Amino acid sequence: MTTETLHSRNLERARESLLAPAGIGAGELDQVMGRMLGHQVDYADLYFQYSRQESWSLEEGQVKSGSRHIEQGVGVRAIAGEKTGFAYSDEIVLPALLDAATAARAIARGGREQTAALAARDGRALSLYEPSDPLLSLEDAAKVALLERVEQEARRLDPRVKQVMASLGGSQETVLVLRSDGVMAADVRPLVRLNVTVIVEQDGRREQGTAGGGARTDYGYFLAEDRALSYAREAVRQALVNLAASPAPAGTMQVVLGPGWPGILLHEAIGHGLEGDFNRKGTSAFAGRLGEKIAAETCTVVDDGTLAGRRGSLNVDDEGTPTQNTVLIERGILRGYIQDRMNARLMGMAPTGNGRRESYAHIPMPRMTNTYMLAGQTPPEEIIASVKKGLYAVNFGGGQVDITSGKFVFSASEAYLIENGRIGRPVRGATIIGNGPDVLKRVAMVGNDLALDTGVGTCGKDGQSVPVGVGQPTLRIDGMTVGGTEE
Amino acid sequence: MDAMTAKGKGTPSLEDLAGQALDLARRQGASAAEVNAGLGHGFSVTVRKGEVETVEHHRDKSLSVTVFFGDRSGSASTSDFRTQALSEAVVAACAIARHTAADPYNGLADPAHLAREIPDLDLHHPWPLSVEEAIVLAKRCEDAAFAADPRIRNSEGASVTTHDGVDVYATSHGFLGTVRASRHGVSCAVLGEDGQGGMQRDYEYAAVRDPRDLPDVEEVGRGAARRTARRLGARQIKTCQVPVLFEAPVARSLVSHLVSAISGPSLYRRSSFLVDSVGTALFPAWTHLYEEPHRKKAMGSAPFDGEGVETRYRDLVTDGVLRRYCLDSYSARKLGLVTTGNAGGVHNLIVASGTEDLAGLLRQMGRGLFVTELIGFGINHVTGDYSRGAAGFWVEDGQLAYPVEEITIAANLRDMYKGLVAVGRDVDTRRNICTGSWLLERMTVAGG
Repeated sequence: MTTETLHSRNLERARESLLAPAGIGAGELDQVMGRMLGHQVDYADLYFQYSRQESWSLEEGQVKSGSRHIEQGVGVRAIAGEKTGFAYSDEIVLPALLDAATAARAIARGGREQTAALAARDGRALSLYEPSDPLLSLEDAAKVALLERVEQEARRLDPRVKQVMASLGGSQETVLVLRSDGVMAADVRPLVRLNVTVIVEQDGRREQGTAGGGARTDYGYFLAEDRALSYAREAVRQALVNLAASPAPAGTMQVVLGPGWPGILLHEAIGHGLEGDFNRKGTSAFAGRLGEKIAAETCTVVDDGTLAGRRGSLNVDDEGTPTQNTVLIERGILRGYIQDRMNARLMGMAPTGNGRRESYAHIPMPRMTNTYMLAGQTPPEEIIASVKKGLYAVNFGGGQVDITSGKFVFSASEAYLIENGRIGRPVRGATIIGNGPDVLKRVAMVGNDLALDTGVGTCGKDGQSVPVGVGQPTLRIDGMTVGGTEE
Repeated sequence: MDAMTAKGKGTPSLEDLAGQALDLARRQGASAAEVNAGLGHGFSVTVRKGEVETVEHHRDKSLSVTVFFGDRSGSASTSDFRTQALSEAVVAACAIARHTAADPYNGLADPAHLAREIPDLDLHHPWPLSVEEAIVLAKRCEDAAFAADPRIRNSEGASVTTHDGVDVYATSHGFLGTVRASRHGVSCAVLGEDGQGGMQRDYEYAAVRDPRDLPDVEEVGRGAARRTARRLGARQIKTCQVPVLFEAPVARSLVSHLVSAISGPSLYRRSSFLVDSVGTALFPAWTHLYEEPHRKKAMGSAPFDGEGVETRYRDLVTDGVLRRYCLDSYSARKLGLVTTGNAGGVHNLIVASGTEDLAGLLRQMGRGLFVTELIGFGINHVTGDYSRGAAGFWVEDGQLAYPVEEITIAANLRDMYKGLVAVGRDVDTRRNICTGSWLLERMTVAGG
């Protein structure tokens, strides 16, 4: 399907499901916009959303619980200079929209009601995923059976597996954005996720392993390429590695990060600090450093919302801007920020398709999509072989950053010592801490094995969660602080 | 504001809606059902560098229903209260219950444990505050931060928030409880510059049920400035093993790791480092932790738990020994125990204070690390392994010597609890878990 056909079909569908039931047409939308577009309002938008989501979870061999959630509403935003007024309603009806508009535009004083004639026109959007409906893509009984198969596979693999927790979740969101510049855009966004956690036990010692994946498609994704069962195998493998792990070392050392999900390093150390809002306000350790060398020349980092079917991808962002591939760092030089419309305008830059929000009840902010480092030249084996004594970290739990001081941490869930160029014993409890503006300067080697994560990332900022992706090739970083317990 | 909060004439009450949903469930053939319904409204304003940055109006509405068909269950929720949407939610929950496995431990709380009376805990104090008045307060708060220290040059803003809500829990076996509660807050986050190109940020906040209990907004602003300024010039320290003092707001996280490790699901899945630990001495003999759910006006107070079970004073740790777990009805049945009124979590879990204030604890530590901020998620709840990023101060001779950053602190939670040396009387009551600062015997600090 061409991009144009998909977007016009999504627009039609969004109008039908979000606006038509309330009898809201062009005239009503003009009336709502008109209420906001007084003299001092520079920009306004309406964001209509309808979402359905479900989750099924298994423990002790049985799917014991499941839930469905339906939500709809409209968020109304008015911006005057650096001021944002925001209100929302979970009823999509004209009086509620007008009330919300009145509340939102109150930030701008002295305005006068206008008659807006927006001459709304269809915006542009990409075509990165089909508007499929995960919830209907499998019979409920088959969803239960899928989780049961995952559980059986995990137990079959090793008698030390004592508990298996597995969950399956899916959602479909229909969104419609109308901006005060007349652009109207829509998207129908499927999202699926499958997660497995196993607890293993041997000689009274217990450990866990977790694996999973997801994408913007339907549940067929987990049946294809043996994915669901491969997550079970991966969780068991990780748990057994950890069962044999000894405490991690503490101190400063060479660290080799594996490909894929360890790209959470880029998300925490670099990505957040390059979000437009923090840089406009000068609160980021990266503020005012465009054009400066902030990384080794071997490092090129992008934020790319245009990868087909990826968890962090969007046909169009939550402000009606098509997503793009934005170069953040090019051969070590800081080239770009992650922008929404408001911060881009205030900074005199172009929006980058990163205006995202958790739902209609939240204000959009500049947020990452899929953030990754491009591949280098070195085979990963050579990178390992170059380390005399260090840490090889291949899997991580969560991470966090203080964007002002630039300090970030992320915690390894699977790591090994490297001794004399060889991967040695597994270690547990390794947390890595570093300084964002400086960590990529310490990148000594970049692998040729770029991989993206399996679709498990969720990013939190100001209390809002959005799905994201990360990726990187194998990296060697010299002089990182590893926080274990062994001196 | 009125425009956003006014309800139309003849709008059914939350209790009526909950009753409707229970009725629908019964008509669908459910043998039992429970409904949670909530309605809330409020707003928040943020002022940054003296100018209004955001004015956000909030209005939350949701109803969730769990249905039981014998031992099978299913859940659904909706933000739409119209009859058709409620009916769709109930039907969706019933559809799910057709596919979930029969689980003999499923079901509503035992009627014998339900709250019979619903005490008034003085939680509802709406703040008759206009957006304009809130802006003035936020401005005064931020101004005070800027005025407090010349090194404070930038700001993430000062915010004033107010929220007023009502929650109803109703069951098919006759429980109906309504709780009205308000929450108000003032917060401020500012940045300082050290003159060498380094920046630091920190914040201060106040959270209360009754606006009359709020401190002066200027005091919150000055607190933010003080916390930020003292971090300027932070550096790494060398890797070492030293005593660590957790400031009260971060000491709370050590208590929440305990709660998570002794909560029902972690126990019956045996995914906790504290399985089978009731009756064992987890802490030194002087340690006392207790729940006080009926404390008037407190942030964590609740007249009944998430299943309508009566809440009351309950000890958790006495003489250093763990006396019970934190259970809801389901996990209690699975473990062959009785619910502890902890469906939905703990309610005002309090760590009994010692005699020293913060300065006294610093003196008691003498030399070591004073932690004021933690970042990252390095806690393994299965093994108790703990390793998190930290920032704070190096302490010499009982005094703050210099600020510290880019370090991690690591140990095993079991050893951390066992190595608790003292709890301060600088109790932080702004959340559900209330504790003073914690002095721990020893942890591994990783640095440069």
